[in-house]
Amino acid sequence: MRQDTKMPAEAEQFAGAVAMPASMPVVEGQLTIRDLGHSYGELSTIESLDLDLATHGVLGLVGPSGCGKSTLLELIAGLQEPTSGEIEVGGQVSASGRLGHCAFMPQRDLLLPWLSAIDNSALALRNRGIRRGAARREAGLLFERFGLAGFERSAPAELSGGMRQRVAFLRTLIAGKPVLALDEPFASLDAITRAEMQQWLAGALETDPRTVVLVTHDIEEALYLCDSVAVLSARPARIVERLSAPAPRYGNRDEAVTDPEFIAVRESAMRALKEGAP
Amino acid sequence: MRRWLLPMLLLAGLIGAWQLAAGTGALADLLNLESFLVPSPAEIAEALWQSRSLLADNAWITLEEVLIGFGCALVAGVGFAIAMHLSETLRLAFQPLIIASQTIPIVVIAPILVVWLGFGIGPTLAIIALICFFPITVNTLDGLRSVDPEATKMMRTLDASRGQILRRVEAPSALPYFFSGAKIAVAVAVIGAVFGELAAPDSGLGALIFRDMNQLETARAFAAVAVLSAMAIVLFAILALAERRIVTWR
Repeated sequence: MRQDTKMPAEAEQFAGAVAMPASMPVVEGQLTIRDLGHSYGELSTIESLDLDLATHGVLGLVGPSGCGKSTLLELIAGLQEPTSGEIEVGGQVSASGRLGHCAFMPQRDLLLPWLSAIDNSALALRNRGIRRGAARREAGLLFERFGLAGFERSAPAELSGGMRQRVAFLRTLIAGKPVLALDEPFASLDAITRAEMQQWLAGALETDPRTVVLVTHDIEEALYLCDSVAVLSARPARIVERLSAPAPRYGNRDEAVTDPEFIAVRESAMRALKEGAP
Repeated sequence: MRRWLLPMLLLAGLIGAWQLAAGTGALADLLNLESFLVPSPAEIAEALWQSRSLLADNAWITLEEVLIGFGCALVAGVGFAIAMHLSETLRLAFQPLIIASQTIPIVVIAPILVVWLGFGIGPTLAIIALICFFPITVNTLDGLRSVDPEATKMMRTLDASRGQILRRVEAPSALPYFFSGAKIAVAVAVIGAVFGELAAPDSGLGALIFRDMNQLETARAFAAVAVLSAMAIVLFAILALAERRIVTWR
């Protein structure tokens, strides 16, 4: 196992951000959900849900286990069709249109063990028919920016949990989609690595803003990383409350989460969660 | 070191015990047989050496049959596995037939194949291909279906087409399964070759064994069996080596 590089060095790298390569156009990525309903047969998972998110907005989804958060994420990403209602992502309503506008990062990193770190991160480019050499060059720029320089050729098994998650995030980012759907991206990490990764992701989104929908169990993570947090009820999911997260989210994580204002919002989020619990 | 030493020691021990039992005539007395029917390892080795060119000629023919039959099963098995993986309809339609193909009693069908395909290499190839097809197809299909559905979803949001998901995710995942199937297949292919050659005793190690047993050339028949086993072990080892070179991530 290799150690993660220390955070301050990476924070400096974000300051010297380079422009996104030409093949990653930034498209408008607003998200609108109207009267959404979804069910698996008899089982209703989501009922008349409305949601709005502006381009480059970062929205957290928290709620009790099994409330349909992941289903909602898959619906947004175009991996499933809603039973009723409408989802519009960057002007696209159809599932295939939404799929073209969203990149999905699953809970486990799911790096392909037969590909090197850089080839894993460049999968979207290869799928678009870009040659291996060109895809590696493009991904290589991001490896330097995101504190992964030197690990391009490493096999996934040689990387630490935090680094694997970074490669998985880069893979999502390199797809160049305006909307990122992140399903509990740091749930499998230990507490210290998770805190590091949260600060890392906040920095990454500062230099490379995208519309983000983040599903998480961790209210603190949601409030630190997102501009707003939607608290969902138990199944069938509806929005109990939408809270604005206190600014600034890009600062030091330890300071941010101990700020009295942050703690106050966290408590109201907890109350909303209990209210929506079964 | 232990990898090689342990099987070698065991083999040497078994051969030594057999030599003692057969060489002294004790085993033949015990079985109430003439001693030429119970050849000792030394006699088999002698037959192996004296008939080396006859054995080699027939071994080449059998090897050729095994390689062609196995190759046909490989192409057909992988092709069927991919087709059945991509199409639910094909999978449901073919699964019972593929299992049924494995239940065909080869010994019974071999003479019929000789009637259909005539003497020569044809029936033997058909039998080898038939028994190799099952383990390759079933294992490769299992491998293709072993992929985490989350990985497929992830690839879809990264703009992967069905073919790209197959090539970049499913095919590599299936490789270790495929090699397991191929290793089983190559070992049974040798048995298939013998069955084929017994039904149409023209040439090959199986035909030689058949003739030698009839002519009470027991030592040479055993020598042919030894060559056959060596062939299976070498083919298995080649596949195991290929697996290690290709599936480096396990």
